Formats: sequence, structure tokens, C-alpha cells
Amino acid sequence: MKVKYFAWVRERVGKAEETIEPPATVRTVEELIAWLSGRSEAYAYAFEKPKVIRTAIDHTHVKSDAAIAGAREIAFFPPMTGG
Amino acid sequence: MISPVTACSVTIRIQQDDFDIAREIAMLTKSRTDIGAVVSFSGICRADDDSAKVSALTLEHYPGMAEDEIKRHADEATSRWPLNGVTIIHRVGRFMPGQNIVLVLTASQHRQGAFQAAEFLMDYLKTSAPFWKKEESATGTGWVEAHTRDDEAAARWTKS
Repeated sequence: MKVKYFAWVRERVGKAEETIEPPATVRTVEELIAWLSGRSEAYAYAFEKPKVIRTAIDHTHVKSDAAIAGAREIAFFPPMTGG
Repeated sequence: MISPVTACSVTIRIQQDDFDIAREIAMLTKSRTDIGAVVSFSGICRADDDSAKVSALTLEHYPGMAEDEIKRHADEATSRWPLNGVTIIHRVGRFMPGQNIVLVLTASQHRQGAFQAAEFLMDYLKTSAPFWKKEESATGTGWVEAHTRDDEAAARWTKS
């Protein structure tokens, strides 16, 4: 699946997007964040406060317990500050 | 083309270029005689934030989702209020104080729906449309933090 990062999440991870293949045991957004955090210090820093991170699956906001099965694109970003 | 009386035209644009408010209102109301009220809200880059003087603001967005999310809220607005037209333009890029950032136009037969829908759309643009602001000031550069007052403003529109 494709993963995208925005704003300070992107800056901390060090890339705007990538393709990942998490193991089948990673079923929810929360579990995906935990799995990503274990990849490197950069990811751990980006996701150090997982409750602050907002997630969208295929352009729709989801909660941390949302299932990631079948997702084409998952995006992680800070709370929005547009307008 | 003359739109049927019941139609609500929805225009959503995300762009770097500035917008001309008078031109956008003229486009929204062109060839229509059913519109009795147009409400216009413009969001402008402000120099005085809560702490430091802002010298520039950079707006980043999530292409694709931003349009989808704005469309979802525009559709909700048109289902909740009797609107004849909605125009939402959000700029992205780097802006100086005084420059336009966002425009919301709502057109209706009467003012009440237009006022309420414009406020509803702005409250949701601030809290759920995927845009992020980065501020530059004399003390450095940093991402703007979300305000709980914006979440509270959006929450009041939640149907009970």
C-alpha cells in the first residue's frame, strides 16, 4: 500500500510518500503506526505522540481503530490548520 | 447556460493564484434570477498571531483528499440549507500578510441560509480539510498548531 506523510510528519519521517508492505498481523491504523515507529528513529520521532496523528484511508478521515485491509493509500498528518 | 431554479452549482478550486472576489460572485450569480443573497468570506494572511509577528505563511495540502473533503462538506451544506450556489477557493503556496488565502461564497434565495452555510463551511475547512500552515517570523519557522476553539466551532454544527 502507498503511504503519504504531510506537514511535520513528512519532515520528521524525511519523505513525502513510500510503498510499504506491513505484515498481516498489522490490522489497524494504530497497529500500523506502532509498526512504522519501530522502523527507525525518524519514524519513532514522527509518531512519538500517536494520539496527535490524524489518519486518512483513501482520502477519508478514519479513527485509530480503523482496519487497513484493502486500503490503497494511507496518509498520516498533524491536526489540520487550513482556512 | 441558464441553470434551473433548483440547481445548486458547486465550484471547488485549490490554486496558487489569487482570486478576484467580484469576479467569483459574478460567475456564481450569472444568468440567474433566483438568488437573493450572496455571503462572501475571505480568509487573509495576518501578521499578528498569538505570539510573534508573522512575516510569511506557507500553505501545504493533500492533493486529491483536500478536494474530496471540501466537496463532502459542500454537499452537506447544500443538503442542510436551501443554497443556489457554493464557491470555495483555497490557495496553497507562500503568502505575505495581507494576501488572500481562502474564499467561501454561498448563494441562496434568502440571507439566513447563505450566512449559516458560509459559517459551517469555514468551520469545517479549518478543522477537517487537509491543509497545514507553516509560519515564518523573526524568531524562526514553525508549523501552526490547531486551536481547540476551531474544533469547538465545528462541533456546534454536529446534528444531535
